[in-house]
Formats: sequence, C-alpha cells, structure tokens
Amino acid sequence: MIKAVHLTKIYKTDAVAVVALDDVSFEIKKGEFVAIVGPSGSGKSTLMHILGALDVPTKGQYWLNGQLISKLDDDQLAEIRNKEIGFIFQSYNLLARTTALKNIMIPMIYGGILKDKAVKRAKQCLAMVGLKERFHHLSNQLSGGEQQRVAIARALSMKPSIILADEPTGNIATKQAIEIMKIFSDLNKKGHTIVMITHEEDIAEFAKRTISLRDGKIVSDRKNKRRRLLKNITV
Amino acid sequence: MNYKELITEGFSSLMLNKGRTALATLGIVIGISSVIALVSLGQASQRSVEDRIKSLGSNLLTVMPGAPKSSGIRGAAGGIETLTYSDAEAIKNSSEVTTVKTVSAEYSGKTQVVAGRNNTNTQVSGITPEYAAIRNIALSSGSFISQSHLKGMSKVAILGSQTAADLFGEGVSPIGKIIRIKGISFNVIGLMESKGGSGFMNQDDRVYVPLTTAQKLLFGINHVSAIYIEAVSDKVMNQARDEVGYFLLARHRIKDPAQADFSIMSQEDILGTANEVTSTFTALLSGIAAISLVVGGIGIMNIMLVTVTERTREIGLRKALGAKKKIITAQFLLETVMITFAGGIIGVALGMGISYSLSRSMGLPFVFSLPAIFLAFGVSAVIGILFGWYPAQKAAKLQPIEALRYE
Repeated sequence: MIKAVHLTKIYKTDAVAVVALDDVSFEIKKGEFVAIVGPSGSGKSTLMHILGALDVPTKGQYWLNGQLISKLDDDQLAEIRNKEIGFIFQSYNLLARTTALKNIMIPMIYGGILKDKAVKRAKQCLAMVGLKERFHHLSNQLSGGEQQRVAIARALSMKPSIILADEPTGNIATKQAIEIMKIFSDLNKKGHTIVMITHEEDIAEFAKRTISLRDGKIVSDRKNKRRRLLKNITV
Repeated sequence: MNYKELITEGFSSLMLNKGRTALATLGIVIGISSVIALVSLGQASQRSVEDRIKSLGSNLLTVMPGAPKSSGIRGAAGGIETLTYSDAEAIKNSSEVTTVKTVSAEYSGKTQVVAGRNNTNTQVSGITPEYAAIRNIALSSGSFISQSHLKGMSKVAILGSQTAADLFGEGVSPIGKIIRIKGISFNVIGLMESKGGSGFMNQDDRVYVPLTTAQKLLFGINHVSAIYIEAVSDKVMNQARDEVGYFLLARHRIKDPAQADFSIMSQEDILGTANEVTSTFTALLSGIAAISLVVGGIGIMNIMLVTVTERTREIGLRKALGAKKKIITAQFLLETVMITFAGGIIGVALGMGISYSLSRSMGLPFVFSLPAIFLAFGVSAVIGILFGWYPAQKAAKLQPIEALRYE
C-alpha cells in the first residue's frame, strides 16, 4: 500500500544544506498499525509530511496505492490529501468558534460530498469516537481529549486509505491519551491502516510495528513483541 | 465545493470580526454614496436649469451686446454699449422683420435697495411692459409696469417675493409701500409670484422698474443689456434670427457679419451652453467621488491582507484537508466581494437619500438615475475583485506545512 523508495529530503537554507531524510526505504501493508519513533531532528516529521502528501521528496519515490505521489503538482496533492489521507495533528487543528459537526464536514465539503450526506456521515464518525452527543458544541468548548477525538472523526470522514497521526497524544493527559490509543486500536481492528509518529515509548508500544529513525536514517524496523494490549491496562 | 457553502462560510467568517468588516464596508459606502449623490444632484440641477430655460418658451431669441463667440453665452453684460432701446423699437416697427411677435428690452444692475430700516443688495432690472409676457412673469398681487409708466419714467417698482420678504418681512403685502433705490423713492405697485430657484438663478430676488427709469434715473446710461424677441412660432426661429440679425447689421452699418457688435441666441443655444457647464461640473465632482471609492478599495485590500496573515494556520489546515488553490482563492475573493457588494447596496441607498433630501432643500427636482446605480454596483464589484485578488492569491499560494507551523 505505502511504498517508500530511497526517500531523501534536503533542505537548503542559505549556504547550508540540511539532510532531513537520507535514503529511507520501507513498505507498509494494508491493515498495519505502525509507529514511527525517534528523537527530535531524526527526520520523523519530514517523513510524515511526505507520507501525508504535504511535501515531496528531493530524491526517491513515494507510492501510495500504486500511484506515484512524489511527482504530483499542488492541486493533485490536495486531492490525494482529501481522498486518501486522514490527518490527526498534535495540536488538533480544529477551526475555533466552529461546531464539532462543521469541523468534521470540512474535508467532505472539499471532496464534493453533498451536505445532507456529509451531515449524516459526520454524525456517524462522531459516534465512532464516542462523542455522539457533542456535535453542536463549539470546538473551543471541548477538552483537549475531546478535541482530538473530533479530529479523529474528521480524519475518518472521507474514508481514507491511511490515517496519519502526528504526535496525537502530545498535548493530552495520560488518561485521555490511553482513550485515544484505544480508539486507534479499535480502528485498526476494523481494518484501518494507521501510521503514527510519537516520541513516547509507551505510546509506540500500542502499535504492531515500530520504525525508529535517527539522523534521517532508519535504525530499526521491528514487530512489537511486547505490544501493549488494552486488556492489560487499568485506567 | 458548491458556492452556497462558500457563501455561508464567507459570511460567518466576516461576522466573526464585525467591527473590522463594518469599517471596511464603510469605505465603500462613502465612495458609492458620494458618487450616486453627486451624479444625481448634477443631473437634478441640469434638469432644473433646463426646465427654467424651457419654461421661457422655445420661440424666444435673446440679443446680447458684443461679438458672438464660439463659447456662446458670456458673463455679466452691461459693459458693452452697442444695443439701445431704439434698436428694440426699430425691430418691432420694421417692415422687414415679419416673424417677430413682441420685443422687449432689459437693463439690469446690482444695487442697494432700502425700505425703512431694512435694506438688501439685489438685481434691479429696467424692463418694458412686454417683458411680462415674454419671460412668463406672473404677479400674485398688484399690476405690472405699463406703457405709460415707461413713457413717463415713473418711479414704480415690482418686487420679487424674496426681495419683498427681505424688505418688509414674510407675508406682508408691499403694495403701496415705498422703497428707495440710489436715494430715489419708488412706489411698489406689484408683487411677483414665487418662481422658486436658488443661487445665481434666483428669480425671486429681483426688483423690476420701467426701463427708462432705470436708464436715466438710476444708472445714467443709454444702452440695454439684452433685447428679448418672441417669434410668432417656434417653426420660424431660424428665419427670425436671420431677419433680426441682418436688420441690426444694417442699422449698425456693419457689412461683415463676422464683425457684428451683438449676438443672437435662441433658447436652444443657451440650453446647450448651460448643459455643457453642468455636465462638466457633474463629471468633475463624480471624478472626485470615484477617488474616494478607490481609497475604500485599498482599505479593503489592507484588511484582507491582515486577515490572510491572521488566518495562516487555518489556510494551512484547509489545504492539508484537501482545499485546492482555486477554492482558497474563491473563499477570500468572495469575502471581499461580499464586503463591496454590501457596501454598494448601502451606498446606493444612502446616496439616494442624500440626493433626495439635498434636492428637496435646494428646490431641485429629484432625479432617479438608474445608470448611475448600475455603474456604482459594477464599480464596487470590480473593486472587490481587483483589490481582493492579491490577498486571495497570497492565501492560495501558502505552503500547507509552513502555514500549519505558523504561530
């Protein structure tokens, strides 16, 4: 499903060229739950941007569902982001002073889904993240954990092929962070492909596979043997 | 993405910052309303001048002293002494001039008029009895200047309604009272009906006396400032003009018509000149108003640029969620156009209100100018697109990653 071939990203600032990603290759199959970990500056955010079609690599190829993403122009990338990728950000990135329902509808409006259908699907997505009753609340009236769940519902709304989460629990208290990870595990069980960036070891342990980056290179890519399962956790 | 969604979104984001939106709209409101008000007032004064000139009848010729010029009408006559009352009499009595019904002459000067303790500076016109018919003068009371007043150089006067009010107070009949002009006492024998009008065209601020009295007793001159000729019908205007022209040339012993010491104008000539003047004024004033419209547009552009910067993160998010360039462009362009459109509607209403109340208070007819309204709307839409384009492009070109990182 995801195929990264010799991905390299070089940022040129004035005279200095910074190599953020250095010849990274891997594959992610449908239904996987992958954590990408690494210290800051390891290139995980850059990798995330390329996987999310927000940026293109300097060298190498990025294939998503058999389509070569690294050669598309801005508007084509926008289309891919809309149809294929569900984003979840560390800072939620909900529109302030806008209801949860409207926030979830934004990608569907850009995707050309008619309003009635979009409202119906937005409510379904809210129910999936356990916020069924909250669709008329303004985003700034919700707690951090609730806001992140609205963001997950928004990521699900276009039925994307992958869900990309960038430090999804970074701004959230531990108890709510575990609730978020429970939602991720449930979604994964239902067949969703999830790629999650985190620097927290215990959060990464919820994933089935962990890719570790350091200085723009993959240092390890392994199955999680001691995977944290929800039944072992007492909240 | 359908346009209904875009419009509701644009509207709600404009409503998030009501004060700013209102100020941006105000610039356009002021621009549009001043264009509408000035164009409509210009047309109103044009029509008012037209009406007044037309009300004098289309079969009127005016002979003025001095050579004809291409520009037509000239300012205060009186300095040039080439026409006399005997010219007028001769035209009336001539057998060569067949198309003329009546002839009148006038000599006017500004001077001080005193009644008791009140005094006013007004136009004193020496006229002949025929003047009333030719220039449509109606009296509300009293009688007009007669032939015997003219012959006897009588010290009688007709007052305009404004002059009467200035000298004797509102609603007081001046008939039989005495006024003094240049130290000479005049008997008031008539009061004119109010004609309405304002400024330099005010026909109510007048005193009429017999022409001979004005020439000999008041101003000590022999010439006239204009001769008015009424042709028998408006179909023979050209013939009448030629007859009078050649008659006066022969009488003044001038061979070359180009050297004529007088000029003849029909009402149409005067109308054309007056229209030229008022439309120049209207164009000038609307030009100035249009500048304020451009300034308003720049104000909107400024505010939209601030908005784009403020909403950088939001734009980044929208792009990350799949908004294409043209949608971001459309969103910001639409907000600008909505501001200018709303400003256009309010501005048209305000401009019409201003021109209505002003034309009421100035005694002008109210002119509803549909082309001006369409023009104002068109201009406001164009300004919206013109000044909204740059900020919208700026928003559309933002890179999603940098925009999302923006603090």
